[in-house]
Amino acid sequence: MMRLELVKRPQRSMLFSALSPFIAFVLTIIAGAILFALLGVNPLKAFQIYFLEPVSQVWQLHELAIKAAPLILIGVGLSVCYRANIWNIGAEGQFILGGIVGSSVPVLFPQFEGPLVLPLMLLFGMVGGAAYAAIPALLKARFNTNEILTSLMLVYVAQLFLDWLVRGPWRDPKGFNFPQTIQFNDSAILPELMPASGRANWGFVFALVAAVLVWMLMSRMLKGFEVRVLGASPRAGRFAGFGIKRMVFFAFMLSGALAGLAGISEVSGAIGQLQPVISPGYGFAAIIVAFLGRLNPLGIVAAGLVLALTYLGGEAVQSALGISDKVARVFQGMLLFFVLGCDTLIHYRIRLIGLAAPTLEAAPKLEEAR
Amino acid sequence: MDITVNILLTIATAATPLLIAAIGELVVERSGVLNLGVEGMMIMGAVGGFGAGYLTGSPWIGLLAAIALGAVFSLLFAVMTLSLATNQVATGLSLTLLGLGLSGMMGTSFVGQPGARLPNLDIPGLTAMPVIGRLLFGQDPIFYISIALTAAVMWFLFKTRTGLTLRSIGDSHTSAHALGIEVIRYRYLAVIFGGACAGLAGGHLSLVYTPQWVENMTAGRGWIALALVVFASWRPWRVLAGAYIFGAVWIGQLHAQAFGIPVPSQLLSSLPYLATIVVLVLISRNKRLTMMNTPASLGQPFVPDR
Repeated sequence: MMRLELVKRPQRSMLFSALSPFIAFVLTIIAGAILFALLGVNPLKAFQIYFLEPVSQVWQLHELAIKAAPLILIGVGLSVCYRANIWNIGAEGQFILGGIVGSSVPVLFPQFEGPLVLPLMLLFGMVGGAAYAAIPALLKARFNTNEILTSLMLVYVAQLFLDWLVRGPWRDPKGFNFPQTIQFNDSAILPELMPASGRANWGFVFALVAAVLVWMLMSRMLKGFEVRVLGASPRAGRFAGFGIKRMVFFAFMLSGALAGLAGISEVSGAIGQLQPVISPGYGFAAIIVAFLGRLNPLGIVAAGLVLALTYLGGEAVQSALGISDKVARVFQGMLLFFVLGCDTLIHYRIRLIGLAAPTLEAAPKLEEAR
Repeated sequence: MDITVNILLTIATAATPLLIAAIGELVVERSGVLNLGVEGMMIMGAVGGFGAGYLTGSPWIGLLAAIALGAVFSLLFAVMTLSLATNQVATGLSLTLLGLGLSGMMGTSFVGQPGARLPNLDIPGLTAMPVIGRLLFGQDPIFYISIALTAAVMWFLFKTRTGLTLRSIGDSHTSAHALGIEVIRYRYLAVIFGGACAGLAGGHLSLVYTPQWVENMTAGRGWIALALVVFASWRPWRVLAGAYIFGAVWIGQLHAQAFGIPVPSQLLSSLPYLATIVVLVLISRNKRLTMMNTPASLGQPFVPDR
């Protein structure tokens, strides 16, 4: 009988710290090949359709950027939370609230046009997301309530709230009873970056800027140091005079604001109106992005592009091979699983041993001691 | 009278999956492991139960498949967190994400198909008794399993030596390890038990509650089960009470929607989730009491030294 044994490394392995996402990716590919084979599809052909064809033309790269933008924006914010050991898993709800509050401008004031509209919408989106994230933060800081469960419950509430709005008070009266708001006017639409070659909009730029800013915050500023200290050891943080409650609010509202910005960018950029569903699970996929990117804002940019590719690949195999596009979710879940498993290699060496091995190993040590 | 009985029966049906999933997670958490993958294991149980029942025509085989799938799926979590000492919160989340995706993929061809339903108990003479007959002797088999399970877990945790050992591991894995207890082995068994329970709870949804396959049909019940464990301060009989309160909320909002109460149906649908938040706030307000009840090594990875 074989057994796994973990041996603590004297210090964290820089090698595996850098390699682990790549090992995880390779393992995901292997598991994916098995999955495709089980579905009766030639894995090589499937991978070509899944990973290569969606990025073989310029307009498709634009689509990649559209999908990657919300993932990066949300993932960057979540990385701050997770570094501080604060578990915001309700980004999906904050994304939706950002979309709703930001959309209030063009929906309630459709005559309001001009260059002010868009900045106002984006600001409202960030405020909406931050305010919604402040609820679990308040409950945690004030009542010590588990933020994992509260932030997640609020996702369901947000989805139902959006559903009510677009079927009820915000429904387009001329929309043939379809559950959607009016089409936003032109000044409420996020402009495309290079309309000549594809649809990608300013959302991707926001994502890159947010990644750089948060990277500076975390590596160059006192606040970032505070986040890391409180995350690694709340006790040490208290001695240093860092307030854990303030940190809960800071981390939640920062990530909420970024998720809200992602929400309103998606609504005003890619969709152009509010619908009952405005996210294919970006808020949850961004959790994977954050971990795959090593909770490092620059790594998250790369991870966001990878996850965006899994979405596009899912759509591609659905149309080309007739496989459910849920396969994207499976790939995403496996990726997170493998990256977490590989992260063990950073702190531990893994030994496969038989049950009799410990005594055999102990013997030479005894001799050395003599 | 008949209406009251009917309402009580539907409340029991709504409460049963919550109770089973929460009881399983309670044992897991008592051993010091936090498995946030309940929703994922539950949905795997639901799709596996429906699929096996639909393909074989036997809901009983469906029931077994649901339990087996939940247990196998939880084994994934156990290997990661126990053998590889990964972060339990993140691993549990990934289990849920993977389960939601995998079940959606597996269930593509089941959508809209009529499923097999587990028959209700029917004992000649007893079930036909007025009022108490159907409540006591006329429910679905999983209802009886859920009650027996609660009693068994209560007895196991507080009346047996193994249960005491399990609780001691949850309170201090280091001390337990020093005493020669095989921490990791106990935790493996606890996690797999929790997975089997979550799978059974999912099977209840797709074999009794609504005998069909709908994507994401667990609708957050796995998360509510997690909240129930906190609400119950890790005590089985309080989980039972909590599950029935939530079952009542769930059924209450459905009835309110059916009666056409002039409140948006979406607001009513969000009541179970809002109630969960309120209940969590109420229970966690008292910091000292919460700390006293929480298994002390909950969620912390353990690597045995040698």
